[in-house]
Amino acid sequence: METQVLLLLAFVLILSIFLGFELISKVPSTLHTPLMSGSNAISGITLVGALISAGNGFSYTSTLLGFFAIVFATVNVVGGYVVTNRMLEMFKKKEEK
Amino acid sequence: MIDNLINFSYLIASCLFIFGLKLLSSPKTARRGNFISAVGMLLAVVVTLFYQGIIDYKVIAAGLLIGSFIGIYSARKVEMTKMPEMVALLNGFGGLSSLLVGWAANITEPFSYLSSSTIFLSILIGGVTFTGSLIAWAKLSEKLPGRPLIFSFQNVINFALIVSLIACGVFFTIFEINTNYLYATIAGSLLLGILLVIPIGGADMPVVISLLNSYSGLAACAAGFVIKNNILIVSGALVGASGIILTSIMCKAMNRSLKNVLFSGFGAKKAGKGGSQELGEVKSMTSQDAYYVLEAAKSVVIVPGYGLAVAQAQHIVKEFSELLQKNGAEVKYAIHSVAGRMPGHMNVLLAEAGVSYDILAETDDVNPIMNSVDVCLVIGANDVVNPAAIEDKDSVIYGMPIIEAHHAKNVFILKRSMGSGFAGIVNPLFYKDNSTMIFGDAKKTLQELVSEFKN
Repeated sequence: METQVLLLLAFVLILSIFLGFELISKVPSTLHTPLMSGSNAISGITLVGALISAGNGFSYTSTLLGFFAIVFATVNVVGGYVVTNRMLEMFKKKEEK
Repeated sequence: MIDNLINFSYLIASCLFIFGLKLLSSPKTARRGNFISAVGMLLAVVVTLFYQGIIDYKVIAAGLLIGSFIGIYSARKVEMTKMPEMVALLNGFGGLSSLLVGWAANITEPFSYLSSSTIFLSILIGGVTFTGSLIAWAKLSEKLPGRPLIFSFQNVINFALIVSLIACGVFFTIFEINTNYLYATIAGSLLLGILLVIPIGGADMPVVISLLNSYSGLAACAAGFVIKNNILIVSGALVGASGIILTSIMCKAMNRSLKNVLFSGFGAKKAGKGGSQELGEVKSMTSQDAYYVLEAAKSVVIVPGYGLAVAQAQHIVKEFSELLQKNGAEVKYAIHSVAGRMPGHMNVLLAEAGVSYDILAETDDVNPIMNSVDVCLVIGANDVVNPAAIEDKDSVIYGMPIIEAHHAKNVFILKRSMGSGFAGIVNPLFYKDNSTMIFGDAKKTLQELVSEFKN
């Protein structure tokens, strides 16, 4: 059972890595900074794990750890998206102004 | 039933992330892409709240509120020149969060080899990402010296630490009562992050930030294996891949291997051959003299570097380039991939100033036309225009792709002093017959040029 789960997750992992390479290699160098901050925000997806740890009321320690994990992951997610949006707002062609 | 719905929503959220990243392939659609990706994140967070295991919402609400407040506040306030620091910090927080999730899971998850080995990885990668990013942030914001900090037996100590961490991981995985190994892993990974980044110099930060970006993705992946959640694995892998691609682009742009960047303490040794006397005389002139040449120029290429960010000169350089255009000159900005302190740093600064992205050119686009350029204006860049990369086989930067500024009819170099660039080597460009230095603060010099044009 354990091995089956691992294999399934590994399957998803490997395919996602290939997909990631395909997607990212098409991003032009002009957008590399927003790409970093935007993908950074996506890596804040650990927030999902943090929510479960903080909310399951298992023990005082796990709730506390979950709470801090939520705070940091949320800063990562929200800060990442807002700052990326701020940057992308500025990328304009002349005619569009 | 509800679990199926949650998982289905995760699937949709993953698709939104993928579409979001796809739309980042053009500046026109990038903003929409970022928005779509944010919607995916919101969806993932909201459906998680319906997860049956969650009983306590007060802690969650408090955490989300505090985090959102800090996130929005800092993202609104940060200056564009400080973007590398901001990205480094956010990255670090993501890593820390993975570490904490792993730690909490060690308490809540029933013991199994799969969960304990992945908890170990989540803590290890998360910890390295956290302290590594903090050191990168400190170096970028000059709270720590930007130069490489080297001490004796550095690589031996690192190696010993890595071996003990692996040992820790093995014990952590096989023993059910493993709290001591847990603490050792946390301490060890935090220390490793510091030790790995401290010997890396400021100008190599584009590589380090990209690599840490990739780590933060891998940490999320590991956390995904811990809680057996596909969305963490998919998103983590996308980010991991993105970081690795950027890392390799940065390394190629410097013609160095990743190993060389990470472990050689590049720039710590004075690598230059002290042969400056045979290079000839350095000429310098005032901005007024420069004006007469620029006024007659038909084509101008501007090469910005980190100095432009330091001098906060992006707005004035835009005003200046518009005056040149009005005067009938064709203006292009030549941007080297490693100019600045993070991938795309110069592009963001120029975009902030309102420079249209279609006059930004890359190294390969601008080099073939360099012969016909009347004036190449180098602002705060040094190593990326160093012709030693082509001419001097003994140079440490030999083979690095550069912007061939020296082929232009005139090269004006805006620089504070004759100090050498990050690589610590002499730049023969400054001594060429067609080169002239304009000493002083880049912003002030540009302001003088702008007022000359206006009169």
